[in-house]
Amino acid sequence: MAKAPASARKVEPPKPNRERPDEPKRYEASKDELLKFYKDMLLIRRFEEKAGQLYGLGLIGGFCHLYIGQEAVAVGVQSALTDKDSVITGYRDHGHMLLCGIPPKDVMAELTGREAGISKGKGGSMHMFSVEHKFYGGHGIVGAQVSLGTGLGFAHKYNEDGGVALAYFGDGAANQGQVYESFNMAELWKLPIIYVIENNQYAMGTSVNRSSAEDQLYRRGESFRIPGIQVDGMDVLAARGAADEAVAWVRAGKGPIILEMKTYRYRGHSMSDPAKYRTRDEVQSMRDTSDPIERAKKELEGLGVKEDDLKKVEQEIRKQVNEAADFSEQTPEPDAAELYTDVLVETY
Amino acid sequence: MAIELKMPALSPTMEEGTLAKWLVKEGDAVKAGDIMAEIETDKATMEFEAVDEGTIAKIFVAEGTDGVKVGTVIAMIAEDGEDAGSVETPKPVEEAEEPELREQAAESKAPEPKLVETGARQMFEAASHDAESDPEVPDGTEMVKLTVREALRDAMAEEMRADERVFVMGEEVAQYQGAYKVTQGLLDEFGDKRVIDTPITEYGFAGVGTGAAMGGLKPIVEFMTFNFAMQAIDHIVNSAAKTNYMSGGQMRCPVVFRGPNGAASRVAAQHSQNYGPWYASVPGLIVIAPYDAADAKGLLKAAIRTDDPVVFLENELMYGRSFEVPKLDDWVLPIGKARIMKPGKDVTLVSYSIGVGIALEAAEKLAGEGIDAEVIDLRTLRPLDKATVLKSLAKTNRMVVVEEGWPTCSIASELAAVAMEEGFDDLDAPVLRVTNEDVPMPYAANLEKLALIDSDKVVKAAKKVCYKE
Repeated sequence: MAKAPASARKVEPPKPNRERPDEPKRYEASKDELLKFYKDMLLIRRFEEKAGQLYGLGLIGGFCHLYIGQEAVAVGVQSALTDKDSVITGYRDHGHMLLCGIPPKDVMAELTGREAGISKGKGGSMHMFSVEHKFYGGHGIVGAQVSLGTGLGFAHKYNEDGGVALAYFGDGAANQGQVYESFNMAELWKLPIIYVIENNQYAMGTSVNRSSAEDQLYRRGESFRIPGIQVDGMDVLAARGAADEAVAWVRAGKGPIILEMKTYRYRGHSMSDPAKYRTRDEVQSMRDTSDPIERAKKELEGLGVKEDDLKKVEQEIRKQVNEAADFSEQTPEPDAAELYTDVLVETY
Repeated sequence: MAIELKMPALSPTMEEGTLAKWLVKEGDAVKAGDIMAEIETDKATMEFEAVDEGTIAKIFVAEGTDGVKVGTVIAMIAEDGEDAGSVETPKPVEEAEEPELREQAAESKAPEPKLVETGARQMFEAASHDAESDPEVPDGTEMVKLTVREALRDAMAEEMRADERVFVMGEEVAQYQGAYKVTQGLLDEFGDKRVIDTPITEYGFAGVGTGAAMGGLKPIVEFMTFNFAMQAIDHIVNSAAKTNYMSGGQMRCPVVFRGPNGAASRVAAQHSQNYGPWYASVPGLIVIAPYDAADAKGLLKAAIRTDDPVVFLENELMYGRSFEVPKLDDWVLPIGKARIMKPGKDVTLVSYSIGVGIALEAAEKLAGEGIDAEVIDLRTLRPLDKATVLKSLAKTNRMVVVEEGWPTCSIASELAAVAMEEGFDDLDAPVLRVTNEDVPMPYAANLEKLALIDSDKVVKAAKKVCYKE
């Protein structure tokens, strides 16, 4: 066996030439906090499964992108926000909306295209907004939310309201030019914005390795001097811990920060994607070994939460989701006259 | 022989300027590259460099002189070995009557700036035409002469004073004072929080502006020209225009995208395009394209105030043109209302933006041939004021649409369809379109002239619909 040369010195990690955020710590949640995270993740999971069913029944049309598998990201990150802060994302948006406090039936009724939907049935799955809950979409053009979110950060700074903008985008959007245009301005102007890259490893059918020269996406801000942190996005407490670090960085006026959340979606890109670009085994193995909900469940049991209590949580959530689904099927479609409303705000 | 230094043309539309400062005096030696003077045009102060070596023999135009015509001899340089004191004052070329003198001038070593006859210049000349009156202006209102550029600036400044949420962002809008000087002085008054220089990143900053509007602010996003907004058109159409509808009316996007649009002079294909028809086809947008300074001011103020997203199309050739603007504390015009620039009874000429000048010039020519044309300035392209156009058509029974832009899928095509669908019984002749030629804008002066609209083409079309060919 070769011996290490005597002269080998211990290699120091390179010193950054500028301030860096601290290495985030896994969040130490109380039992109640973890239970809340568990409920939120489960609500998204069951909601999305129901949406998938309704899609199969023809009640939901068009494109419908489910968040199943990625729940820990949004739950962990958004739990670190306050009501001063704003959220924007792409088209895989149902989960983020529920976490903003938008009632599940308002979202589900939008998916079924009903008048009672959050966008009066005119937006659909990819185009939902709630100014009241500071959720700014729901954007169907890949990457658009990054510039728009940077604009939300701009507005927080301009208004000096202490708020932070949170812009989610995927590994696919991370290759859009406008993302880097936005990074440049955000750092130049020290805007309060957290960029969360939800790296679920597939941009529709193209894996990160096939599309990205730099596949470590948290480094994508380097040339703009934006620090990035890579996070286990299948662990809600890791996501929360990283979010705390990011929020502290941004609120301190240090400018933007990037969180790359390594995650995985179990379903296809959208309901119409058969996901032939990966093996069934790959998906099953992620489900078996890395499921964020199962992981939280085990930790809750470790904290002394009884199986019966968790079953009760499950039942409550199923009830809530079923009610939302029933509502979304029964509530009427928009009146025909709605076709012509809301095109413009004012009359000329 | 001594070299004449002539007042240079520093922009394609410059006719005269101010000799702001001499940096040399008589007797000074100069060599190529030395800065001799500062010359102010309507949009910038430019440095005037020496291209020859010698001694400043005479300065003919004192510093601080306004209105120095392009081509005027402002100084002379004596070459090496020449006696600077013996240099004579030359006769200006324009006044030289003797043919041989003119020839001599032409042979002089200094290059002679000359005004090339171009299509853009014809449009620029025609844009000196004023409306006969404006019914929106209350009787007895004091009028002041303002350039379109100043009117736009005043509109932004007034709205920024009135509403803290209004800010301006774009390339060179702050420290440079605007690439076309439209934002001149705004940085001084409002500071860098509200007048923001952006990197050259149209897609990005259009998105940032749109996002800021979603977040409750009222951004004015300046594009250096609308040609560059092609990189940002996704945010204008997909993000800004559709937001209110897609959100069921709960999310506003009150942003103004503004900047010069259409052909400028000799800037060729990639910098000469009218996007009016493009944006006017998008539901959810307001599209405004004013002609004179009063409309530019009144409509930009309205555009900033409205809660809808607005595309505000200016014209570079118009920026330096002066018009009467009412001196009122708050001159705001209604969006979506056309304006009758000149009443008439025989034929309706409809246009917008710089085309209005061409239409007014054509109306003048037609009057000389006994045809009384009515000229309508659409001012807003979306929503289109069909009522005013159809009412005029009902009176004249003939219509020609004049548009500085391509013919295919144009505002002119749209108006022809409107006339067919809603004014068919009033038509005594087919609607004719006078538009630019259906080609990318050429660079060569003669070809540019052929490609652009002019008043002779309008006169010809008007006579045709009046069956007076």
